[in-house]
Amino acid sequence: MASLRDIKSRITSTKKTSQITKAMQMVSAAKMNRAEMNAKAFVPYMTKIQEVTASIAQGSKGVQNPLLTSRPVKKTGYVVISSDRGLAGAYNSNVLRQLFNTIKSRHKSNDEFAIIAIGRVGRDFFKKRNMPVVLDIIGVPDQPSFAEIKDIASKTVGMFADETFDELYLYYSHYVSAIQQDVTEKKLLPLTDIQSEGKLTSYEFEPSAEEILDVLLPQYAESLIYGALLDSKASEHAARMTAMKNATDNANDLISNLSLVYNRARQAAITQEITEIVGGAAALE
Amino acid sequence: MKTIKVSVVTPDGPVYESDVEMVSTKAQSGELGILPGHIPMVAPLQIGSVRLKNGGKTEYVAVSGGLLEVRPDQVSILAQSAEVSDSIDVERALRAKERAEERLREQQRAHVDFKRAEMALQRAINRISVSEKR
Repeated sequence: MASLRDIKSRITSTKKTSQITKAMQMVSAAKMNRAEMNAKAFVPYMTKIQEVTASIAQGSKGVQNPLLTSRPVKKTGYVVISSDRGLAGAYNSNVLRQLFNTIKSRHKSNDEFAIIAIGRVGRDFFKKRNMPVVLDIIGVPDQPSFAEIKDIASKTVGMFADETFDELYLYYSHYVSAIQQDVTEKKLLPLTDIQSEGKLTSYEFEPSAEEILDVLLPQYAESLIYGALLDSKASEHAARMTAMKNATDNANDLISNLSLVYNRARQAAITQEITEIVGGAAALE
Repeated sequence: MKTIKVSVVTPDGPVYESDVEMVSTKAQSGELGILPGHIPMVAPLQIGSVRLKNGGKTEYVAVSGGLLEVRPDQVSILAQSAEVSDSIDVERALRAKERAEERLREQQRAHVDFKRAEMALQRAINRISVSEKR
C-alpha cells in the first residue's frame, strides 16, 4: 500500500490538474458563446445571398456559368476544417477519420484528389499519410473575420473555375448543440441544388443575368466556406468544453477516491499506533 | 417623403440598417440611383461608396464590390466587406494603400498578383475617400 505522503502528493497534483481543466472549460464556454454569436451574425448575409442566387439561377434557365455545370470528374478537391490545437476530445479525429475513409473508398491513387486543409491538425494528419495537401491555412483566430479566410476561399473556388478540380467537397463539424456536433459532408461545387425558403422574386438584371452570376456565384461559394468555418469553430469550442468538463469530472472522482484511501490509511496508522501504545503499556504491568 | 428600407450586410454581420429617401451608388454598368417604388432589380457593384440620403442628410458607406438587390419593400446590399464612414480605420487604409502601391511597382503587369494589388489599392483609396466625407 502506498504511503500516506504518496497519496497526499497525488491528491495535490490531481487537484492542480483539475483547476487547469476547469479554467480551460470556462474559457471554451465563453469562446463558444462568441462563436455562436458570430455564426448568428452571418445568417442574414447567407440567407440573402441564397435567396438572390436561387431567384436568379432558377428564374432564368439556360444561363451558363462554369460554377453551375457538372463535368466529368477527373480530380476531386476536399476542403477539411479542423482546429489548430488538440484537447478537444474527438472533434478533430471524427472529421479526419470520416474524410480519410471516404477518400480510401472513392479513390485509388493520389492523383485523383487533393486536400485543402484549414487548421493545423488536419494538415499534419494528411501530410503524414503522404496525401496531397495543395493549400493550407493555419492560425485562424477563434473569432475569424471574413477577410482572414477570403484568400483561401477564393483560391479554392478559383481552382474549380480553372478546372484543377471537377468537384469540391467540404468536410466539417456541424454545431447542433453544446453537447452534439455532427460531421457533415457538403458538396460545394458545382452548385447544383440552390434552394431558398423565401419566395422567389423575378428581377431586372443590370446589365445581364450572366454577368451577375459571374460576381454572385464565387461570392456565394466563398461564403459557404466561411459559414462552414464559423460552424466548426462553434463545434470546436463546444467539443473542447465538453472534453474539459469530462476531464474535470474525472479528476474530481479521482480526488474523492484518493481521499477515501488516504483517510483509511490514516485511520489504520492511528489504530496501529494505539494498539502499539496499549500493547507497550500492558507489557510494563 | 416616402422612404425605403436599406440594409447593408456582410459575412461579419449587418453594417447598416435604416429607412432612407434615396440610395445612390456606382454599379458596374454605371451610376445608379434608387428611389422608393423601384422595380425589383439586381446589379453588381463597383468598389465605391454608397450614398444614403435621408432628410437632407447624407450618409456614406464604403463597399468593396458585391451586389445590390432591389425589392419592392427593401434594398439590400451584399458585400464581402463594407464600412460606414465613421467606422473606417483610416490608418489601416493608408497602410494598405502603401502596401498595394509597393507591390504594384514590383510586379509584372500580366501577373495575377498585379490584379490583386490593383484591387487592394482601389479598396484602400475608396475607404480613404469615403472616410473624408464623414
